[in-house]
Amino acid sequence: MSAKAATLKVSKHADLTGTSTGYKVFVVIILILVTIFFLFPLYWIVTGSFKPIAEITAREPVWFPINPTGDNYGRLFENPAFLWLFNIVFISVAAMVLTCITASLAGYALGKKRFIGRAVLFTIIICAMALPKQVIVIPLNQEMTQIFHLNDTLWAVILPTVGWPFGVFLMKQFSETIPTEILEAARVDGAGELRTFITVVLPMIKPGIGALAIFTFVNTWNDYFLQLVMLNSRDTWTLPLAIAKLQGEMSNDFGLIMAGAALASIPIIIVFIAFQKYFTQGIAMGAVKG
Amino acid sequence: MDQNAAAVSKPKKAKKPSHTSGMSRALVRRETTSAYLFLLPSLVFFVAFVVIPMFICVFYSLFDYSLGGLNIAEDFVGLDNYIQLFQDPIFHKGFINTVIIVVVAVPTVTAFSLWVGSAIYRMKAFPRSFFRCVFYLPVVTGSVAITVVWKWILDPYNGILNKLIGTDGYNWLGEGKTALMCIIVILFTTSIGQPIVLYVAALGNVDNSIIEAAQVDGATKLQVFWKVKWPSIMPTTLYVLVITTINSFQCFALIQLMTRGGPMNATMTIMYQVYYSAYTLNDLGYANAIGVVLAIIIAIFSAIQFKVAKTD
Repeated sequence: MSAKAATLKVSKHADLTGTSTGYKVFVVIILILVTIFFLFPLYWIVTGSFKPIAEITAREPVWFPINPTGDNYGRLFENPAFLWLFNIVFISVAAMVLTCITASLAGYALGKKRFIGRAVLFTIIICAMALPKQVIVIPLNQEMTQIFHLNDTLWAVILPTVGWPFGVFLMKQFSETIPTEILEAARVDGAGELRTFITVVLPMIKPGIGALAIFTFVNTWNDYFLQLVMLNSRDTWTLPLAIAKLQGEMSNDFGLIMAGAALASIPIIIVFIAFQKYFTQGIAMGAVKG
Repeated sequence: MDQNAAAVSKPKKAKKPSHTSGMSRALVRRETTSAYLFLLPSLVFFVAFVVIPMFICVFYSLFDYSLGGLNIAEDFVGLDNYIQLFQDPIFHKGFINTVIIVVVAVPTVTAFSLWVGSAIYRMKAFPRSFFRCVFYLPVVTGSVAITVVWKWILDPYNGILNKLIGTDGYNWLGEGKTALMCIIVILFTTSIGQPIVLYVAALGNVDNSIIEAAQVDGATKLQVFWKVKWPSIMPTTLYVLVITTINSFQCFALIQLMTRGGPMNATMTIMYQVYYSAYTLNDLGYANAIGVVLAIIIAIFSAIQFKVAKTD
């Protein structure tokens, strides 16, 4: 609400200082051109998935499927595509739930509790976040094989995702906004630690959990490198990984690949648009202190 | 574990009274115990899947180690992997390409997202979320889907690009001259989503009263930007620089799915060489050594950016 008021105020002043109309038109034209450029790949995936082979190999560009066909999807489902879809949904949901539980507990402790070792722990978490995530994937694979014997299972993707400290950092940012008086009041009323957390803290950091949930879901879904290294057999492939593998095997069947790409990306785009508000809020919140 | 932590660190209390001062000893102990209980689940995951792999990475980089197994006494080679690395022409090529990607992508991503951010943050709520959404879409769509569709767009015979501009049969990804350029352009489209979201939020938070005061004093639009807005969004810029640098260094899916580092290593990057050494050459010790070097290079770049931003 206040943001809106501020926006209005600024735009009035921007006019006062004299942004020329020419520049404004220029901005809008560039934005529209760039928008087309950014939306085109998505448009091409969806329309391509309905194009028959003749239209894909035609010498003249075919901008829209003239004789739409479901053949591409038919060929896709000759493979265990539902299993692949299930795998990626299972991985993303499990990582999301586990991350939200562990990170909100830890974030609350880091944000509101004054305990010995807090500063050191927080520094370690910040340093780990600057670490290139992909570098530890190969040693992780060795660990999963030799110590946990979880290689080539979905858990080999889920567990490392939960370990990544970004969630803890985000939930710390949200937890810090809880007024300390409320927590003290709960303690005076004789509420135990866990009860305080469930009845007082959780309702107050709900928007943060929403942001973290959607963030984890989208990022896990798209963490191609981790899936590539951890999942080897056809039955454990995720949909994005399977598309990549299919592309390697039959690189010229673009219709099939686009059908797969559509199936792998449309669900996640719908999830993103539905929860966009939480998502952008979470990104902004995570960056307040870099 | 939590009890131990409390017991071990109790003597330190006298030295560091900063944030526990004013609390009784019993309360401090109680708070510490409960805090570590809250932290426990997260710490278990963090230690098991981030800290331990880090040590494994450094440890294995000292061995001539392949998937077959490791014999600690026989396979120890000390720093040989690192020495080999600095003499490896493929690593040199990968290092140069990675630096080119970072040096081109990071400033353009930062500048362009700042421009888009300033252009849309004053808009009404709907167009603002619309544009923010559009630029975030390639990130959400996922690297695999984006890469396979670009591969089709750039395909020599079936791709729309050649059909459109009449360069029939030109292999964009097969020619050293254009392959890296294509990779950078696609990386750009998948990188600007998050910076734009950050800039829109940061610009919206700039204190309006300062802007108004500057305008009353007759500052031009450009002066307002450089003297008022730029310093207050500096932390965001720094954050954007660091995350874009880390992401550009780690650019992997694009390379693996489009060019596999080719043609003739023209798109070889450090990250792709890590994967290639581990799973194609089955040389895990060497792959881990490259990983360690990559982590150090990223740390140096981040440190430089912090330094430059601080002195500004």
